[in-house]
Amino acid sequence: MSEFLLEMKNISKSFSGVKALDGIHLKVRRGECVGLCGENGAGKSTLMKVLSAVYPYGSWEGEILWEGRELKASSIRETEKAGIAIIHQELMMVPHLSVAENIFLGSEISNRGFLDYDAMNARAQDLLAKLNVHDINPALPALNYSGGKQQLIEIAKALNKDAKLLILDEPTSALTATEIRTLLDLIKNLKAEGLACVYISHKLEEVAEISDTVTVIRDGTHIGTRPIGELTTAGIVTMMVGREMKNLYPKEDHAIGGVVLEARNVSCWDVTNPERKVVDDVSFQIRKGEILGIAGLVGAGRTELVSTLFGAYPGSHRGSVHLDGREITIRSPRDAVKAGICMVPEDRKRSGILPIIGVGHNMTISVLNRFAAFGLIDEHEELAQIQAEILRLKIKTADPMLPIASLSGGNQQKAVLSKMMLPDPRILILDEPTRGVDVGAKYEIYKLIFALAKAGVAVLMVSSELTEVLGISDRVLVIGEGRLRGDFVNDNLTQEHVLAAALGQTTQMA
Amino acid sequence: MTNMNLRKFLSENKIVALLIVVGLIWALFGYLTYNADTGVSGFLTARNFSNLLRQMAITGILAAAMVFVIVAGEIDLSVGSLLGLLGGIAAILDVVYGWPLAGTISFVLLAGAALGLMNGWLTAYLGIPSFIVTLGGQLAFRGAVLGLTGGITIAPVSPSLRYIGQGYLPGWFGNGCAIALFLLLAFMAFRTRRKRLQHSLRVPTPVMEVMKLVGIGVLILGFVLVLNSYQGIPVPVLVLLFVLGIFTIIAKGTVFGRYIYAVGSNAEATRLSGVNTNLVKMVVFGLMGLMAALAGLTTTARLAAGTPSAGFGGELDAIASCFIGGTSMRGGVGSVIGALVGALIMASLDNGMSMLGVDTFWQQIIKGIILVIAVYLDIISSGVKRL
Repeated sequence: MSEFLLEMKNISKSFSGVKALDGIHLKVRRGECVGLCGENGAGKSTLMKVLSAVYPYGSWEGEILWEGRELKASSIRETEKAGIAIIHQELMMVPHLSVAENIFLGSEISNRGFLDYDAMNARAQDLLAKLNVHDINPALPALNYSGGKQQLIEIAKALNKDAKLLILDEPTSALTATEIRTLLDLIKNLKAEGLACVYISHKLEEVAEISDTVTVIRDGTHIGTRPIGELTTAGIVTMMVGREMKNLYPKEDHAIGGVVLEARNVSCWDVTNPERKVVDDVSFQIRKGEILGIAGLVGAGRTELVSTLFGAYPGSHRGSVHLDGREITIRSPRDAVKAGICMVPEDRKRSGILPIIGVGHNMTISVLNRFAAFGLIDEHEELAQIQAEILRLKIKTADPMLPIASLSGGNQQKAVLSKMMLPDPRILILDEPTRGVDVGAKYEIYKLIFALAKAGVAVLMVSSELTEVLGISDRVLVIGEGRLRGDFVNDNLTQEHVLAAALGQTTQMA
Repeated sequence: MTNMNLRKFLSENKIVALLIVVGLIWALFGYLTYNADTGVSGFLTARNFSNLLRQMAITGILAAAMVFVIVAGEIDLSVGSLLGLLGGIAAILDVVYGWPLAGTISFVLLAGAALGLMNGWLTAYLGIPSFIVTLGGQLAFRGAVLGLTGGITIAPVSPSLRYIGQGYLPGWFGNGCAIALFLLLAFMAFRTRRKRLQHSLRVPTPVMEVMKLVGIGVLILGFVLVLNSYQGIPVPVLVLLFVLGIFTIIAKGTVFGRYIYAVGSNAEATRLSGVNTNLVKMVVFGLMGLMAALAGLTTTARLAAGTPSAGFGGELDAIASCFIGGTSMRGGVGSVIGALVGALIMASLDNGMSMLGVDTFWQQIIKGIILVIAVYLDIISSGVKRL
């Protein structure tokens, strides 16, 4: 028997002449976890698609050895049968089917063509118990459970198929801190039982915690594979970007003026469960030129809070917003933009981009009237503005009229930022502005945020990455379970401080 | 490689591909209706061409507005009945009450816009799916026209109203229009090119550009000469061309048009960009109602009577024209000219098959099959699944 469960040798893959992968190696032992790191577009997903035969044998070059024998799979069914299971970033649950039905989707237990629900429920219970999960009822619809729980259900589904290798693609991007903890512990247990895994994540602390070796790829080429003991997270970043990233946060001095916006006693109720309060009596102020970070765990009510300020919260809500000391009424995003409040939403794909519309037209959609007389757009003027923005934000696109969906995540995000900067807002709300954005584009987005603050814009930034919040904010609000749990000046503030406040362990106000 | 290039060219210039289809259909009918004794093909005469265009005018007027409805991600199933209702009202005002033409036209157009806005309001502001709202409208409007007319044909309408549906424009007027249109298109092409160059954007080669203009010029010239050699441009065709021009400008050059495509591409993102998406949708339905009114007036004028069954099934012809013309079911994609060529294809099939004496039931079967094939061809030529 071979020493390795999986050996991918010299894998290359081209798309219409452009090399996406060029001579990549990846080796995984039984019971080992390999961290796979690289910027967005480095080729991680392509590599995993080669492995799972989304790109069938023959459409790429190189060799895959699975348990010592060459694997020539032509479909995902074959690789699943061999024991390779992928858990995608976006969960593939069918929300209205029960947990058990989801686990057995495609491999139902049946008796003469009729589903054997008792057997499936019992087996699902066993699988979940194996994962040390006891609070999931397999007979209930999957939508009853949070993202973290659904992640566990996906793993149970993989175990049901006797997976020997589990590929986790950004599994924690939508999970709360406790859910991440549970998942990481679970992976460690599974490792101890001999399951191998490939862990793809931008969250290097997680990679460092559970991986035995780390493989870094950049622009489709193999940069290096090293045991985790020889690496620091800073070292991984350096390998990923190919240059020393000394300063992740390009801090610039900016003057902070008087209070621009004040939110008083904002409360929101859940859309689907109107009894539940998701934001509970939150008040705060933001000043001219200030970068105010909003930290908290996923689900703490941060997005609900800021979308209420922007007039975009669909559920019932209460509270008042004061601009320059005068109360304003914001009933819709349109009112907000008019009042000088803009927001870059959390979910870029769902609520940020107009996918089949050109990049340029995406950027100008909020300010079209500026280029129009009697409703007719002066394309000349519009194009001039678009090109200036593309240059200023360093958006990489072959043509400003290319559909935005064909751009990388970082460039899409820059275009969405541009859209919300063009109306010259006085208050700019950024909800997770760097989610799914690679390190290089992140740096540029931070630079933009500082430039905005310097120009006197009040920036309100919600982020789940504590290092980011601490790296760029002047002041940090901590929200926990819908309540304001802390309002700290960002001076020697540590992650522990913020996390403790978010979890409700301290109540002091700085 | 040339195969790939051709495919790319056709998927980027869908309209050319559609015109080739029109050419093929015409060639086929021309061949099938060829009479060896006279040496003339019945289908390919100026008279038939004039009839064909007049037949497609009503579907075309509806299709032009339907494109916006579908691009905005909605559907309107009520326009056939709405056309019938408004055509019936026009006939009643004209025949029974003897209203002057201007009064009849203004009232019918206003009523159409108002009913369309009502559909839009129910859809956008009350959140009732447009499929349901307009399915209800289909039943209710048809019922209303039956009630108003008492189920009988109202005739004869005044000569001035009849002119809208049956009249022809004098030859000199047609020639003048053609020259003005060509000059306008040439000027716009030149201006666009200059601006794109100024911003160092991709432009077609000068040869391509000139060829395109020459192609358009020949089309316009041929169009007018053929029609003038019969009796001149039919009034409904001129109306349709105006609608085409105005709707194309709305789609490509106005803030409102941009919003329609944005709403269809991602309504939530558009709303979060500060656009009043509900208003956009409501106005789109308002335009649809306005065009149903125009189509209703034209129908009554053409038949010289208001009939309670006018426009029956008209919504389906309009929707089919949009899809044949490359409009996406998911919204966000579609062009007015494409939908009109789609309507031309449908009208050509109707006309040609009737001329050949094909049974009506066969006509329907064939049109149904062609619709499905056309959309399938569009899917494989663009390389993207639309659903």
